[in-house]
Amino acid sequence: MIPVAFDYVRATSAAEALAALAEHGDEAKLMAGGHSLLPMMKLRLAAPAVVVDIGRITDLSYIRDGGDHVAIGALTRHRDIEISDLVRQHVPLLAAATGQVGDPQVRHRGTLGGALAHADTAADHPSVFLATGATVVVSGPNGQREITGPDLFSGFLESSLEPTEMITEIRVPKYTGAGWNFQKFNRRAQDWAIVGVSVQASSNGTQVALVNMHPTPVRATAVEEALASGADAATAAAQAAEGMEPSSDLNASVEYRQHLARVLTRRALQAAGIN
Amino acid sequence: MEIAVEINGVSHSADVEPRTLLVHFIRDVVGLTGTNIGCDTSSCGACTIHLNGEAVKSCTVLAVQADGQQLTTIEGLADGEQLHPMQQAFMECHALQCGYCTPGMVMASVSLLDENPNPTEAEVREGLEGNLCRCTGYHNIVKAVLSAAGGGK
Ligand SMILES: Cc1cc2nc3c(=O)[nH]c(=O)nc-3n(C[C@H](O)[C@H](O)[C@H](O)COP(=O)(O)OP(=O)(O)OC[C@H]3O[C@@H](n4cnc5c(N)ncnc54)[C@H](O)[C@@H]3O)c2cc1C
Ligand code: FES
Ligand code: FES
Repeated sequence: MIPVAFDYVRATSAAEALAALAEHGDEAKLMAGGHSLLPMMKLRLAAPAVVVDIGRITDLSYIRDGGDHVAIGALTRHRDIEISDLVRQHVPLLAAATGQVGDPQVRHRGTLGGALAHADTAADHPSVFLATGATVVVSGPNGQREITGPDLFSGFLESSLEPTEMITEIRVPKYTGAGWNFQKFNRRAQDWAIVGVSVQASSNGTQVALVNMHPTPVRATAVEEALASGADAATAAAQAAEGMEPSSDLNASVEYRQHLARVLTRRALQAAGIN
Repeated sequence: MEIAVEINGVSHSADVEPRTLLVHFIRDVVGLTGTNIGCDTSSCGACTIHLNGEAVKSCTVLAVQADGQQLTTIEGLADGEQLHPMQQAFMECHALQCGYCTPGMVMASVSLLDENPNPTEAEVREGLEGNLCRCTGYHNIVKAVLSAAGGGK
């Protein structure tokens, strides 16, 4: 399978990438690791006229201590996040989920910025983004803006970024020690989750986000509200499929996904020490 | 687009279409056919090579992304007649049946040991999750990797 022909532009800085996007508008697509975009181009589900390769913008590949948060450059690869001591210590949920993405070959190429911009409900990172209360820093023709939480995800495989914008940094608040857990249920080790759950507790309460349970990455607000009003983990987890519209595919029916969401949420809450 | 890629220590230049997949460049342009194509959908790992020393699936990389980079393919592992320790271990442990997955398995295994020189059996199994063997000879493949990690003892 070979993609439709396209023009290739290699950007060596964020400014060059933004200039290319400004020039070509929605004809153009950024390519970071290419591990979501290229498979879609090979299947001809995506056919951008211009590919802007941002994979070599090395100054957007970093992991820094930002005081109350960990700052991660958009082009930081999954592998670098998985093994980072800073991430393991301060955002253990992110390190754990990243280590379960695909396989080592995928983690050598895929980037955090790409994984969030792709906005795939079946992907692991969006759930971590929601459960940790992280923020993306976005650059565009009008300067910088920040997007936090569900506002980043506007539809099926659709982020709220404009075609002329790019993610430059992800800021993940430091974990405060109140409990976290990641659950991923799949049939083959390298696969996407059939259903997954990210849980992180903080002084603001417990945040629960689900993988592959809705057209967009989503927070399980019914579970969060039940916990906030004093329900125990098992009672709160029974609400995990409330308001969700999961799809039915060859891996799982709607009913099975609803069942998995409840079971995995209970396990995640209990493993996080929330009883 | 004109690209220059160093493969197994030799530089190869060619004018390629941007949509050329790296695996097609390696096999059809450079003529190194040791790297196999299994699924063409990023699933099987048969096309695994090293890009700057790390295992990647060459069906999921564009040739233009590898411009100016260093690649190693299965042909680049042996030192003349002297097999790479991983190749030797695969041979001694009977870690191949039809051999189709083998180039990718060996390249993934070498990368695995580079990152984790003393893996447990569970870590080897997990580290090879991106490589499928249709002959399902996983048991001996895992044995070979553990044997290579222990210096063949
Ligand atoms: C075999 C396989 C298994 C996988 N398994 C999993 C899994 O288990 N769990 C999981 O979560 N993921 C999985 N993935 C997806 C993988 O994590 C991807 O690497 C990731 O989703 C996308 O990152 P990327 O850098 O490759 O993005 P790309 O493919 O380069 O880009 C993806 C999209 O994001 C846009 N984009 C990229 N970077 C930016 C940026 N900085 N700003 C704005 N837009 C940007 C692109 O234009 C494109 O639309 C798998 C992929 C493969 C091939
Ligand atoms: S051919 Fe590349 S992963 Fe199967
Ligand atoms: S030996 Fe036949 S596919 Fe692995």
